[in-house]
Amino acid sequence: MARVVVDVMLKPEILDPQGQAVQRALPRLGFDGISDVRQGKRFELEVDGPVDEAALARIHDLAESFLANTVIEDFTVRVEEVAEAAK
Amino acid sequence: MTARIGVVTFPGSLDDRDTQRAIRVAGAEPVALWHKDKDLKQVDAVVLCGGFSYGDYLRAGAIARFSPVMEPLLEQAKAGLPVLGICNGFQILTEAHLLPGTMLRNDHLHFICRDQKLRVENAETSWTTDYAAGQEISIPLKNNDGQYVADAYTLDKLEAEGRVAFRYLVHGEAADGYGNPNGSQRDIAGVSNEAGNVVGLMPHPEHAVEPLIGTGRTDGLPFFTSILKKLVNA
Repeated sequence: MARVVVDVMLKPEILDPQGQAVQRALPRLGFDGISDVRQGKRFELEVDGPVDEAALARIHDLAESFLANTVIEDFTVRVEEVAEAAK
Repeated sequence: MTARIGVVTFPGSLDDRDTQRAIRVAGAEPVALWHKDKDLKQVDAVVLCGGFSYGDYLRAGAIARFSPVMEPLLEQAKAGLPVLGICNGFQILTEAHLLPGTMLRNDHLHFICRDQKLRVENAETSWTTDYAAGQEISIPLKNNDGQYVADAYTLDKLEAEGRVAFRYLVHGEAADGYGNPNGSQRDIAGVSNEAGNVVGLMPHPEHAVEPLIGTGRTDGLPFFTSILKKLVNA
């Protein structure tokens, strides 16, 4: 079994008011030197069976049509070996 | 026989009853549609109402967009069935790509709930013929994710084709002084598709159809009388 991770981020040109609010709170908490924060979403998909090219292509379609709204968001798909992650 | 107008209830819809009432006040017959319905019960038009379908999880409207009822709705809307999306309904229509652009969190990050002045920019869509172009109206606005965004090309195209149906009244004497309520690009409050049968907007006409409630005016009623006239005269 493998895990596929889909990261979804607002496109660089899209304003991220939530990230800005987080960034503005940082100095108050004593964190200096962080000039920008962008907030995104991470999806961890546990895949039954092999993560071959076909499976990845399907997940790519899923990300494009559902997990991300490509009008405002970019996404990346990557495989994370579960056994490795457990070490 | 009057027109039959469907109102879809998704899990988390809030304004289905008010929308049905507005349809009745206008003189048409409301028909309750359920998100699991696989057909539209032969209605003459459909309203997707406001609320928080599926808790706004993932993105507002993103999950409702794949409900069974959306399949016949998408097909028939493309063939000319009049569809109005209000607030969450507008978000569902953009997620379904029936309308361009999408909605982001309000730029100030606060939920907003107030009477909002709008200018009717296009009085020729299926849902706006009882308004005059340039007419200024006041109807309630209440949402968290109301900031309309699209790329510059899409915005220019919408403007050129007259598909910006409503704009927040930000400037001028009649403006209420609040300014742009949510950071929407070019003050856009609502848009239509190319054919003008599909319209979406963030403010709520269905809450302003009787003098006793809401804004104390009936500025939202023409949405429902417009579509009724269109259907009855068709």
